[in-house]
Amino acid sequence: MTLADLHPGDAATVTGYAADVPERVLELGLLPGTAVTLVRRAPLGDPLDLRVRGFHLSLRLAEARLVEVTPDA
Amino acid sequence: MPDDGGPSMRRRVALAGNPNVGKTTLFNALTGLRQRVGNYPGVTVERKTGDLSGAPGVEIVDLPGTYSLTPRSRDERVAHDVLTGRMAGEPTPDLVVSVVDATNLERNLYLTSQLLDLGLPVVVALNLMDSADAQGLMVDVAALSAALGVPVVPMAARTGQGVDDLLRAITGDLPAPPPRPAWTLMDAVEPAVEALANALPPDVPPRQRRSEALGALTSDVLLDAWATRSPAFHAEVLAQRDALDAARAPYRQAEMMGRYGWLTGIARAVVTKRADDAPTVSDRLDRVLTHRIAGPLLFLALLVLIFQAVFSWATPAMDAIETAITAFGDLLRPLLPNGFVEGLIVDGAVTGVGNVLVFLPQILLLFFFLGLMEDTGYMARTAFIMDRIMRKLGLSGGSVVPMISSYACAIPGIMAARTLSNERDRIITIMVVPLMSCSARLPVYVLFIGAFIPALAVGPFSLQGLTLVGLYLLGTLMAFAAAWVLRRFVFQGDAGLFVMELPPYRLPQWKTVFYRMIDRAKAFVVRAGKIILGLSMVLWVLASYPKHPSGDAAQQAEYSVVGRIGKAIEPAMRPLGYDWKISAAIVTSFAAREVIVSSLATIYSAGDDATEDSPILRERLQNDVGADGLPVYSIAVALSLLIFYVFALQCMSTLAIARRELGGWKWPAVMWLYMTGLGYVFAFAAYHAARAMGWG
Repeated sequence: MTLADLHPGDAATVTGYAADVPERVLELGLLPGTAVTLVRRAPLGDPLDLRVRGFHLSLRLAEARLVEVTPDA
Repeated sequence: MPDDGGPSMRRRVALAGNPNVGKTTLFNALTGLRQRVGNYPGVTVERKTGDLSGAPGVEIVDLPGTYSLTPRSRDERVAHDVLTGRMAGEPTPDLVVSVVDATNLERNLYLTSQLLDLGLPVVVALNLMDSADAQGLMVDVAALSAALGVPVVPMAARTGQGVDDLLRAITGDLPAPPPRPAWTLMDAVEPAVEALANALPPDVPPRQRRSEALGALTSDVLLDAWATRSPAFHAEVLAQRDALDAARAPYRQAEMMGRYGWLTGIARAVVTKRADDAPTVSDRLDRVLTHRIAGPLLFLALLVLIFQAVFSWATPAMDAIETAITAFGDLLRPLLPNGFVEGLIVDGAVTGVGNVLVFLPQILLLFFFLGLMEDTGYMARTAFIMDRIMRKLGLSGGSVVPMISSYACAIPGIMAARTLSNERDRIITIMVVPLMSCSARLPVYVLFIGAFIPALAVGPFSLQGLTLVGLYLLGTLMAFAAAWVLRRFVFQGDAGLFVMELPPYRLPQWKTVFYRMIDRAKAFVVRAGKIILGLSMVLWVLASYPKHPSGDAAQQAEYSVVGRIGKAIEPAMRPLGYDWKISAAIVTSFAAREVIVSSLATIYSAGDDATEDSPILRERLQNDVGADGLPVYSIAVALSLLIFYVFALQCMSTLAIARRELGGWKWPAVMWLYMTGLGYVFAFAAYHAARAMGWG
């Protein structure tokens, strides 16, 4: 599953990403092994507000679909 | 001559850091008001430098806020080029201050680790220690300094805490360049970087070879520069890339993984969090401000408040400026020789510049609110809330602020588009924001609505007020339509990335907001003033000469150059319902819309020798009759004119700033043509529709 499939409040761990993921996403720390929480979706469902490495990162669904995650139990 | 860092030499210190880490506050604290703001040559990135307070000979360069030094955006390009001595006219800095947010160490240290790779002396300014403390975060400064191999100065720039320590670090002996940071690339990529470091031309200093090699391998922008500087190295990089691709080695991502692998360990070792895990104030605010229902409503409420402020709170100040300008003109009159000089200076220059200065209160208020939104962190939320809708319309969440700014003036709006990292998004935004009704259109709207739209009540509203709102809506809707067309047919393809930090909310730094407001207002006045000053004198001459032989003022307007131009283009303007006087007034307002008001005043007062007791312009317009004995103005003509002014691009300052921001005349020319074309077509349609309804 990908970041885009998480529900608000879900915590997950990044497991991989599609080859065409923008490098900016990786530079901001969304790398395999990183813990990430979906804090909320924007009022119209897109973009997402993610908590990663102690800060809030906003990604569109289009980019979020490129990041694979495993939800934490 | 190279600077050896001795105390008598001039020393250049660069401030580098992520956005939203208090870098501007620190820059202001270090330099006070001794700042110079300009542009880097050829790019629309602000260049800010200043002299260090109390230490002559130290120049501080405030680099644009970036998350990385790999040049993907314009800001990153500038930061990279300045730090590596590639920017023409910018000597490599002697010292880099890496400004870091103590509440968000891990991500901030990513840029720091890139700075350490450059081989320049580095000092880390560990800023926002007060926020870290409030969040229960403790940072082991000594351990951080040991891990990075550079001095670390804990501080809180907004309270001034630690600024003296940083000053000592900046003015004292330069620290030794840091040791090569201990981060490593994955095994699949490391040998390639090593081989490339050896393949670099011999003039690259040893300390920089590894980071230059890595940059060329991972960044096309950096690689391109080598094509001319060292074709052999360029070819070697391409060969290595092919080999890595064949081996499926993710060399473009290897840097991020290597750096974060190192930094995660450091952050874990030096940061401890007190047990409480309560949500921060910022998180609680976001629950409301980005709430699915409350969020958009509060944003709308804020917009209403800003509009209210810009359009009604500014009125007393605007009236005062108008009075002052008139008084100043009257004061000058007796001091100047009668006739040409007096007219040129008072009726031309003073009145013309006054027409622009009168918008200053509105522009100051708008800049104040925008600065407040930026400084508190709310601006990023407006993009977050609006992105979905804006994208459907061909824009981006980042276009919201430029569009709102343009209700005051397209110039700050166009400048605000710099925050859009995607070039296509930026061009589309710049191309459509001049359709938002700016404050210069307001006097035109007010004059014609007041004169020709009946003051009827429509329910609780007045027809005049509704017409005004309708004009604003019309411009806004057309801006969206134009954006949609541009995205659909000209800039096809995906919208740019929207990978954005939502920074924590912070209390505004009033000083920062104030300085920024003054800076931007100054830029507006200087730019607009320069153009308007010259132009209004030219227009006055064109409206006053040649003199009609009879000296009869009634015929003067028609006889002048402006009158002749009006006559000449009257056939083209007739389909919109305009006579030669309106046509002439439109011609004069091609440089600045609001000029039409004073042009009409000139043209109409030319028919009357009385000056002080003249009936007001509105009545003159209402009473004007054409050669056929019918009134020149009807509701149809007024509507046609109003709509022409909603769309047509009559603002030289907008064209000038668009040229600067878009790097050429091509897009400004397209902008002028499409907007003026829209104005013509819609004015024509409105005139004939209104006549068909019997309002002609």
